Amino acid sequence: MMRKLARQHPSLAIGLLAAGIFALLGLVSLWWTPYPIDQIAISRRFLGPGWAHWLGTDHLGRDMLSLVMSGMLTSFVVASLGVLIGVGIGVPLGLAAVAWGGAVEWLVLRFSDLTFAFPAVIVAILIATLAGPGATNATIAIGIFNIPVFARVARGGALAIATQDYVAAARLAGLGRATIAARHLLPNIMSLLIVQGTIQLSLGILAEAGLSYIGLGTQPPATSLGLMLRDAQSLFLIHPSLSLIPGLTIVLVVIALNIAGDGLRDAMDPRLRHQGLSHGAG
Amino acid sequence: MGVSPMTLFLLRRIAGFAVTLFVAALIIFLLLDLLPGDPARFILGINATPEAVAALRAQMGLDAPAHERFLNWIGGMLRGDFGISSTQRLAVSELIAERMAVTLPLTMIAMVVSVVVGLPIGILAAMRRGKATDTALMVLAQTGVAVPNFWFGMLLTLVFAVTLRWLPTGGFIPWDEDAGAALRGLVLPGLALALPQASILARVMRTALVDVAEQDFIRTARAKGMTKSEAIWRHGVRNALLPVLTILGLQFAYLIAGTIIVENVFYLPGLGRLIFTAISERDLVLVRGATIVLVVATTATMLLVDLCYGLVDPRLRRQGA
Repeated sequence: MMRKLARQHPSLAIGLLAAGIFALLGLVSLWWTPYPIDQIAISRRFLGPGWAHWLGTDHLGRDMLSLVMSGMLTSFVVASLGVLIGVGIGVPLGLAAVAWGGAVEWLVLRFSDLTFAFPAVIVAILIATLAGPGATNATIAIGIFNIPVFARVARGGALAIATQDYVAAARLAGLGRATIAARHLLPNIMSLLIVQGTIQLSLGILAEAGLSYIGLGTQPPATSLGLMLRDAQSLFLIHPSLSLIPGLTIVLVVIALNIAGDGLRDAMDPRLRHQGLSHGAG
Repeated sequence: MGVSPMTLFLLRRIAGFAVTLFVAALIIFLLLDLLPGDPARFILGINATPEAVAALRAQMGLDAPAHERFLNWIGGMLRGDFGISSTQRLAVSELIAERMAVTLPLTMIAMVVSVVVGLPIGILAAMRRGKATDTALMVLAQTGVAVPNFWFGMLLTLVFAVTLRWLPTGGFIPWDEDAGAALRGLVLPGLALALPQASILARVMRTALVDVAEQDFIRTARAKGMTKSEAIWRHGVRNALLPVLTILGLQFAYLIAGTIIVENVFYLPGLGRLIFTAISERDLVLVRGATIVLVVATTATMLLVDLCYGLVDPRLRRQGA
């Protein structure tokens, strides 16, 4: 099956494979890392890459590879939960807008306008002021940012489906609006949602990095790719590898996800190219 | 009916803008004024004496009921009065204006660079569609989208400030002291912010042009004897600008937010640093003022894009969409 996929959709296969490997490396860090990530050994700090430490050690003598693995897990978890929040709230809103129309649609559109007025950084600032910084707060901020994105994609996709004959037939058969939305609209916009989900996942990883870097996201002793860059901030002019390694990891993970997303879009439905998937950064 | 569709369109958009802002202000007020319980106690911490809390309450005007305080806050802002920072004892409007002298030019530089670099790359890729140039440029854009702007800032510092010593590593000299030095201090952060934005713009521009190239009027232009590139250049680019405009508006809004992060790399005294200090010192009045300024900037940009849309494409006005 994998071979068929690779032949028909090479970019999808490459992207999925790479993203899968990164996610797996992160997952493995739950049970095993080359060295414990909280093992501080000042005598072994700033080591270059070598047999003992493949990616070298940081300013506290911690193993960089272990930190990258564990940080990748945080980045994936925060970004995925952010997507789940966005899908869980945004998709029902978008579907309701189409199924009920009228005042419901107006409310959903105004709500999505309002949410667009709060970029993730501003939400994170507000949450951090009230409850202090943390990975949970970064997740919520990214999730809130994702809500209007999914509401719009769901509404856009469902609008096209709602004019189909089988939806009219379902209505004539006496099915309720919620049933129609769940049974006919939702399954037909799945491919749109999956593609947008991949895009938001990669944006979420970038957002998590940004928020942790300015100190509003993940806090020590936990680690994330953004937090590693924060730690490197005062040292990277002397020890560039401290910032090169986590930065390059972010770039590779995001490229893998974006290639997978582009491939998915083409594989699922070539017409999706024209459905206005948003690629905005936040 | 004496009202033209254009006026109606404008009025509707501006009303929507005002409502969004009002609700956004309400949310910020609820979060920063009502949710923390007593803001005076929140600022002073749990060890404060009741007398100190009462004094601060009176000074901050917290004795009034919530709805009155909200209206006072809105009314004050309309007059340019954002309150007094509880830690710095200065007018919030002055503190923000001072920092905006760094943040706003930085955002502008990033915007200009991303347009000047991104759009031509997108146009070139669309004209050479399917050829090696197209592939190379899109691989470049794919990478650019994936690079965190603040990390790119670190790389730029390493190359241009540390190794080549062309530009400062960070810090900022005020405009009135040495405008040239101030500008030099914003070059690297501006480039760092512009890279991902330029990559997104290039991709959007290419997609939009490729879509337009399949339209009938391009075929007609080709039938009249124009080459593919000529037809795209003379008739396509203008039509493809509409989706680009939307993304541009969204980007400007997020650039302002992104600036906060990049300022950190270059130790720039912009809005970002102000906000982080305010958060760590629990200066709620200052956080409130800074966030509402950011929200207004975001919303106003979106409004501007909507209005430009109406000007560029008369069809949208008539539908009142």
